[in-house]
Amino acid sequence: MDDHARANPANTGAGGGDAVVFRVRNVSKIYTMGEVEVRALNDVSLELYNGELLVLLGASGSGKSTLLNILGGLDLPTSGHVTFRDQDLTAATEQQLTRYRRDAVGFVFQFYNLIPSLTALENVQLVTDVAVKPMPASEALAMVGLTERVGHFPAQLSGGEQQRVAIARAIAKRPDVLLCDEPTGALDFTTGKMVLDVIDRVNRELGTTTAIITHNAAIAAMADRVIRMSSGQVVETRRNEVKSAPEDLSW
Amino acid sequence: MKALHRKLFRDVVHMRGQLFAVALVVMCGVATFVTMVSVYQSLLATRAAYYQRYRFSDLFASVKRAPESVAREVETIPGVASVQSRIVMDVTLDVPGLGEPATGRLISLPDDREPLLNDIYLRRGARFDPGRSDQVIVSEAFALANRLSPGDSLGAILNGHLRRLRIVGVALSPEYVYEFSGRGSLFPDNRRFGIMWMSRDAMSAMFDMKGAFNDICLGLVPGVSGRGVMDRLNHMLDRYGSPGAYDRNDQMSARFLADELSQLRSSAVTVPVIFLGVAAFLLNIVLARLVGMQRDQIAVLKAFGYGDRAVGLHYFEFALFAVLVGAALGTGLGMWLGLGLTKIYTNYYRFPILTYVAGPDVIAWAIIIAGGAALLGALSAVRRAVKLPPAEAMRPALPQRFTAGPVERLGLTRFMGANTRMVVRSLERNPLKAFLSILGIALSVAILITGSFSYDAITYMNDLQFQTIEREDVTVVFNSGLSASAAYDLLNLPGVIRAEPFRSVPVKMRAMNHMRQLALQGLPSRSDLRRIVDSDRRRRMLPSEGVVLTTNLAQLLGVRVGDSVAVEVLEGDRSTRRLIVTGTVDELLGTSAYMEITALNRLMREQGTISGAYLAVDGKQAPELYEKLKRTPAVAGVAVRRASLESFEKTIAESQNITRFAIVIFAGVIAFGVVYNSARISLSERGREMASLRVLGFSKGEVALMLLGEQAILTVLAIPLGFGLGYLFSASISAAASSDLYRIPAVIAAATYARAAIMVVVASLFSALLVRRRLYRLDLVDVLKTRE
Repeated sequence: MDDHARANPANTGAGGGDAVVFRVRNVSKIYTMGEVEVRALNDVSLELYNGELLVLLGASGSGKSTLLNILGGLDLPTSGHVTFRDQDLTAATEQQLTRYRRDAVGFVFQFYNLIPSLTALENVQLVTDVAVKPMPASEALAMVGLTERVGHFPAQLSGGEQQRVAIARAIAKRPDVLLCDEPTGALDFTTGKMVLDVIDRVNRELGTTTAIITHNAAIAAMADRVIRMSSGQVVETRRNEVKSAPEDLSW
Repeated sequence: MKALHRKLFRDVVHMRGQLFAVALVVMCGVATFVTMVSVYQSLLATRAAYYQRYRFSDLFASVKRAPESVAREVETIPGVASVQSRIVMDVTLDVPGLGEPATGRLISLPDDREPLLNDIYLRRGARFDPGRSDQVIVSEAFALANRLSPGDSLGAILNGHLRRLRIVGVALSPEYVYEFSGRGSLFPDNRRFGIMWMSRDAMSAMFDMKGAFNDICLGLVPGVSGRGVMDRLNHMLDRYGSPGAYDRNDQMSARFLADELSQLRSSAVTVPVIFLGVAAFLLNIVLARLVGMQRDQIAVLKAFGYGDRAVGLHYFEFALFAVLVGAALGTGLGMWLGLGLTKIYTNYYRFPILTYVAGPDVIAWAIIIAGGAALLGALSAVRRAVKLPPAEAMRPALPQRFTAGPVERLGLTRFMGANTRMVVRSLERNPLKAFLSILGIALSVAILITGSFSYDAITYMNDLQFQTIEREDVTVVFNSGLSASAAYDLLNLPGVIRAEPFRSVPVKMRAMNHMRQLALQGLPSRSDLRRIVDSDRRRRMLPSEGVVLTTNLAQLLGVRVGDSVAVEVLEGDRSTRRLIVTGTVDELLGTSAYMEITALNRLMREQGTISGAYLAVDGKQAPELYEKLKRTPAVAGVAVRRASLESFEKTIAESQNITRFAIVIFAGVIAFGVVYNSARISLSERGREMASLRVLGFSKGEVALMLLGEQAILTVLAIPLGFGLGYLFSASISAAASSDLYRIPAVIAAATYARAAIMVVVASLFSALLVRRRLYRLDLVDVLKTRE
């Protein structure tokens, strides 16, 4: 099954493209926390294909966040190689990584990480200010259904609204990839589903390659492909023949 | 980058309290610097303008009596631009309202034109009518001290006759910014000594000086060295009984003023540099911590593709904001205070002109020093933050490894409650941060001490000089040397309990190529009314042979005990003799040389001659005594100790109090700014921890105690360190401020230490109250819900 998926990139289904966006080869990551060594990733290899919606599934401590951070250029592996299209991220300079994050990647974090001193609109503008071909910040907020709340500060928004601002902020630059780290982790069931719906819509309408990491197995049903991780290793890769719509998920 | 600028603006508004405290610290540092340096520069400029406009002469010499033709001859010396001959006479005065006799120095002014040199500035009234021997212009200091105005008159003994002189004007002179009588008094006594200007024709007639002079002033061609001219001049005047020409360096008023200004410069440089340095250091700490608190936001910015440069610039601007606000306020305040202080000094020195300069260089330097340090502080924190990979920065900083600290290893925690244990551990866990906090508070203690130090030192000097060294009530100076029996005659005057003679001889003292002109003092070896005392108050007895020099003088001459010095006597036969230095005394004031009086008499080849006497007087009979002394022609002058004590205190107090006040206020503001920020930041850093404790069931009070207890321990530890630093700063100022005329001892009163400690404790309590209020308003759920 594992090999099958990788061997048939043409079969990735979904929104069409079959080109490899990310290629991860034998990546390991070791953290030293005080006196303890933590092996967060252990010889991981995988691919992400253009336009697909991938769910990285795993319990906490399985290494999925570490992998996502490496894909997003926020962290570097201890060994192994990661390429984004033709660019070797593991050999990139700090400036190249900054450039890469600015132009290619949209992040959504579990705790939103909005700048508390900026309004919803301004948080999005923070990104459109430096992006190459952004959409208007208000349009990004409209896509997540927040036209009414643009002038509010993070502290005046609910958790779901904050996360939708974070998604708007991530997509406003029209990124090549959207990386979501436990986007529903801090949200209740209904709000969580609303956020997932937004991510799904962005994936479909903009064709943005999307990776969602979660410990919530139910979410896997909305993916084109699911990679399950445990103890820093990929233990399963599978394709959903039938994708569920986010509103049909339940957990 | 509009959104980023908006973040900057909002952050600035949000942290306005802390940034304002930072700005205040910058303000105080910059204001101190701008004030002190601009006052110094202004006084230099004012003095220069004063000397130039009123043609203050470059060289001075006196003679017994020389024909006017000598003055024409002096004009021919190459390098001499102008020559003014004069008649100068000290006379005893009977001033209305003054019990004791005063001394007036009559100086002649040409009748037909303005003097070529040493012109006067007429403050009130008019010039005298030509040739009038009963009209004088008096110096303003003397007029004010004795409440004299044009139209008043006073008595003077002129050539043995009591005459009445009418005051027609009040004037200032660059030659007598300080009115020294030149009789060894270290401070001007404006009640009992004053300058008076009179018609040259009248004085010639009165003192038998027709076609002659006894004092001559020279102006030099710019750029000409006075040395060569002085040698030629001395050669010409020698046979007219000149004790030798001198330049502005030895002109008492000019020298005292120069010393005052150089002392001002040392405090104008040392104090502000210390303040600015302390402010800079504190800014560095405060800004580093403020920026450090935003590490997660820095990570987000980086995650979205902001480069290190953009992030760095953002925080740079954050710091720059506080610095610019502080620098602008500080510059404004500094210039305002500087102008005010310059006015006060100008009044105090009685300069008829006021020039205020606050050069752009001063302001630029202040801003560069304060700003540079602040920005360095912000940058070091930003660099630390941007260096982290964003993924890591987004997580809260790793908990510090917990190991048992020294307090714990010693088992002392057994005696502590859980609260205390947490406080102790929190300090032990991050000793560097704790140390920097302690250092910050200690520095504010130190500058509070530094601000008050000069007052303490001067009080100590005052006490030493007037309680331990000068114990006489009255000093009587004779017109010329009298026989020793004159001291016994004084005993017969009303109220005199005790009289001790002294001999004072003007000399030039040489050793190698160093020369110093001074009055060699002869005292009885067991002199009680005037004692020779070391700076540590130990009394010294005069050896029966040789000369005892003050440490200052020995240093100036480059001699040690056992060396010999050449002494050229400037009166009598004007011979030169050698003396062995048999001791040094560590006096704080002046450069003096002492000999046992009989040894000095032997040196002078005279029999028990005395120049005057120190008297112990019964206060009740003092008025009667003064009345008698006023009418004694042999008495040239009388100095009353109480009066010099007052004039000392007035001289020093006026110039010191204003600066001291400003400095203490600034130091207080800096102290508060630091303590408040330190407490406020630790609340921000540990808000989550505090909220967690509240959730676990700790009461508000317990949590407050934990956070504030830590601050309290830091403050308590900081105070002794601050005492030490304060002493070091004071010692460096004392070293910088010492001059030929006096050395400032590094003495700090216990009260100053106590006041500094109390002010910092009060600042701490006040900040603690502010922080506690915030702590009580912590929204527990809000703090806990956003992060694990």
